[in-house]
Amino acid sequence: MPELNPKNIGLSASGLLLFRGERCLLNQLALRVAPGEGLVLRGPNGTGKTTLLRVLCGLTLPEEGDVHWKGIAIRQQRDEWQRALGWSGHKAGLKSELTVRENLDFAAALAGRRMGEIPAELGLAECLDLPARVLSAGQQRRSSLARVLLGNALVWLLDEPYSNLDAQGQAYLNACLDTHLAAGGIAVIASHGNAHSALGMTEKTLMNGVLQ
Amino acid sequence: MIAPVWLLLQREMRQSFRRWSDLISPLVFFVVVASLFPLAISPAADVLRQVGPGVLWVAALLSMLLSMNRLFRDDYEDGSLEQLVLAPQPLVLLVLGKVLAHWLQMVLPLLLLTPAVATAYDLPGEATWVLLLSLLLGTPALSLIGGITAALTVGLRQGAGVLAVLLLPLSIPVLIFGSRATDLAVSGMDTTGPLMLLGAMSILAASLAPFGIAAALRVSLD
Repeated sequence: MPELNPKNIGLSASGLLLFRGERCLLNQLALRVAPGEGLVLRGPNGTGKTTLLRVLCGLTLPEEGDVHWKGIAIRQQRDEWQRALGWSGHKAGLKSELTVRENLDFAAALAGRRMGEIPAELGLAECLDLPARVLSAGQQRRSSLARVLLGNALVWLLDEPYSNLDAQGQAYLNACLDTHLAAGGIAVIASHGNAHSALGMTEKTLMNGVLQ
Repeated sequence: MIAPVWLLLQREMRQSFRRWSDLISPLVFFVVVASLFPLAISPAADVLRQVGPGVLWVAALLSMLLSMNRLFRDDYEDGSLEQLVLAPQPLVLLVLGKVLAHWLQMVLPLLLLTPAVATAYDLPGEATWVLLLSLLLGTPALSLIGGITAALTVGLRQGAGVLAVLLLPLSIPVLIFGSRATDLAVSGMDTTGPLMLLGAMSILAASLAPFGIAAALRVSLD
């Protein structure tokens, strides 16, 4: 019975309720992702996948309900949770005047780590010394993923991580996700395409505020 | 505890020295506003000496207001604010680094220009030093209070206007004691009282405002 050990509970949420204006984006939504498991959020545009991810990482507060990490609500253990979390949103979060190296160095230092070989593995070696503003959309996405990898986080919350990536980039991301999950990590990603299909992650569709 | 402050300070410095043109405009604004008053009011030395302290303080305040709007806006728009709020470091210390960087980049150069600008108001030498000291002691409080209002308005489309409406009333105490200290110096009286009050305001702001800024940023990103 792995569920009985709090360390095995992983990431869970219960009774999430969130309104945006008149619309109910999350309606008593519940989910549970155990260590080593990945969850793919699917659904048409505007159903609230990004909002759900933002609620999970703690940026957006739900009107009701809580997100739990290892059985404790994340807002009661914000420091603990943020050490475990790696978040990559719509925006790359790179400072446009700084080079990719400086951006990633900063992210690594925040996590108390060093940059290492990850950028090279992501195919960023040539653009490390370019200012982030001249990067293509795909390179920005790669840099943003490099930041998540650098943080060595247990929980990856990725919003459309495959967007703008070429085939090689998608394959590398899949390999990273595979290793991450095999090592007992957790990943929740929002995705439209089928790039993740080889990974065997659970797929759920967000419809009318609940996961189906 | 100092590491996150230093990390952010370093990043901000590097970032803005690559966009040094942004650093110039608040300075030019300060000099231009301060030099408009002698032209508009009267070139008589005794009039200028009377309005000088107040005018220079208001010019400094408006120049800070101009740069304050940008404090979190770029970070908000490129997504790095999200990353800071979710970073595995205390947000309170990160925002302290941010405000410190802003003060060093935007306010310190302004202080260096003040003695030159003060000559346009025929301030006596000692009063210029008191003016400088009052700005040195008072502007950190303005930066920190401005940080709270900038954090509250960062998500708003009309943020700049709301920022001014929020910040200017809150800066009145600093403004009063700042120009009062210089006023007293012009008439040769003791300035210790207002200067100590300014210092106290900055210390109080430094210990409380980072928590307010952090909370306001979380609300703005919700």
